Amino acid sequence: MKAISRTVSTATPSAEVTGARSFARTTRLLMAPAVIFLLIWMLVPLAMTIYYSFQQYNLIMPMYNGFAGLNNFAILLGDPTFWKSLANTLIIVAASLVITVCLGLALALLFNRTFVGRGVARTLAVAPFFVMPVVTGLIWKNMLFHPVYGLFAWVARQLGLEPVDWLAHYPMLSVIIMITWEWTPFALLVLLTGLQSLPEDQIEAARLDGANAWQEFRHIVVPHLGQVLYVVVMLESIFFLTSFAEIYTTTSGGPGTATTNLPYYIFQTVFQQNDIGIASAAAIGAVVLANIFAIMLIRFIAGNLNAGAAR
Amino acid sequence: MKSQRFANTAMGVLAWVVALLIFFPILWLLLTAFKTEQQAFTVVPNFFFSPTLESFKTALAQGSGYWHYAWNSALTAVASTVIGLALAVPAAYAMAFYPNKRTDFLLVWMVSTKFIPAVGVLIPIYLVYSAVGLLDNALGLTLLFTAMNLPIIVWMVYSYFRDIPKDIVEAADIDGASIMQTLFKVVLPLALPGLASTGLLALILAWNESFWSITMTDHSAATLAVYIASFKSAEGLFWAKMSAASVLAIAPIIVLGWFTQRQMVRGLTFGAVK
Repeated sequence: MKAISRTVSTATPSAEVTGARSFARTTRLLMAPAVIFLLIWMLVPLAMTIYYSFQQYNLIMPMYNGFAGLNNFAILLGDPTFWKSLANTLIIVAASLVITVCLGLALALLFNRTFVGRGVARTLAVAPFFVMPVVTGLIWKNMLFHPVYGLFAWVARQLGLEPVDWLAHYPMLSVIIMITWEWTPFALLVLLTGLQSLPEDQIEAARLDGANAWQEFRHIVVPHLGQVLYVVVMLESIFFLTSFAEIYTTTSGGPGTATTNLPYYIFQTVFQQNDIGIASAAAIGAVVLANIFAIMLIRFIAGNLNAGAAR
Repeated sequence: MKSQRFANTAMGVLAWVVALLIFFPILWLLLTAFKTEQQAFTVVPNFFFSPTLESFKTALAQGSGYWHYAWNSALTAVASTVIGLALAVPAAYAMAFYPNKRTDFLLVWMVSTKFIPAVGVLIPIYLVYSAVGLLDNALGLTLLFTAMNLPIIVWMVYSYFRDIPKDIVEAADIDGASIMQTLFKVVLPLALPGLASTGLLALILAWNESFWSITMTDHSAATLAVYIASFKSAEGLFWAKMSAASVLAIAPIIVLGWFTQRQMVRGLTFGAVK
């Protein structure tokens, strides 16, 4: 706004009006491609998903297709697999969240200290976050979890224990371990960045006032990290809600439905049962679930935006 | 003082042990890639062996299809990043330097599309793609990657543009430069490092993407993620080959990732943590 008034301040009033108008047109043209692209690829499909969720629509039984009212939702709510997948989704989110945030925080405090080769050690510790999730799944499934040829089985035998068939007997725990392995580095990375922006002088002052390590942590580090923790929790929740590759490559949602989460349930409903209507209804459920976290996060980001504008 | 120093050393050792434990699965993958199939598939793991490039040779051999998938990964990642930047730069430029009442809303709206879960839009996109022939098509996948990354790209470019002092742009405006001249002659050169790291982040995210690749492609546009996922039912048959293929697929990203850690944090947290 400032730029406009400055530019046209020397011009006559009529030129000012047309100038501002063509100006607004130019900026609108600059924004249009990105906005239209996101409309077509995200919002239009979302609206279509809502539409399909009210349709009887099966790709292999097209003769029965038509308006279904709330029927898809009724079928969904009566399907134990759907409830199981919802519960699994929430278990994955809650467990992975608690573990990654606690471990990430502990590791961030550890790696924030000075020690020999800190840079290298830190680099090794964050590496799993950059590994393709598909590869993560295969490493753990074949080379670590495998009951005969896996490394864990070998370790168990060395200790005189019976090797465990992880994916068969503890499928949910195994999935959570894989997700945790991938995302603890993310929490570590973000929290460490947060820690490093901690004002030195505050800590110095606290130490001079005789604060011990716990008081220092409780009254300076935690409040400062509060914001960062909030963002980590919200972002991870949204990512964990959509976990797919780790399950697809290892358990395929099984055994039975033991590790079928909402994305995997929808994937199966579309590609194995070809039921567009029911899958769409479940997809609406997934969107609603994600929105619970997204709305809080977006509010936070928007708040930050205004804080930034006021600087 | 002595106990203090001891505590520091102990913490350093602990940090190293933890780091090595976390990194171990990747190291194990790397070691397996340098084994023969017989050495890779054993009840007692081989920690010491004479490394061989045999598995890399089989993984890259003609007929393994590796290059086909690698080409698709590279093509879709690079193309989606270029298209994403081409869409994001003008939008971010308008929002950063010529904001109006709706700017904040538009920006937050764009960011919020990132939080729509992929399954929420999967079904219509799949049906429309299959109707218009974009299924198993590199262009179709590229545009999906673009949509997936565009909110992050817009946000990051916007935040880098905001770091440029407004006076510089105003000065160019007063000197009579048009909006586009200001963008190309003043803003872009100043924001080049930021644009480069934004591009790198988009590249990494697209390369590692698996949900859209698995659901939308089958063979002709399939990426490395799809290829590697196809090993999921190979019960111990091709572990060394799978490891070699995986190492080739993740090594460049891990190296790039190490260089872009800070940008990664900045981008993925939408500027909440810098």
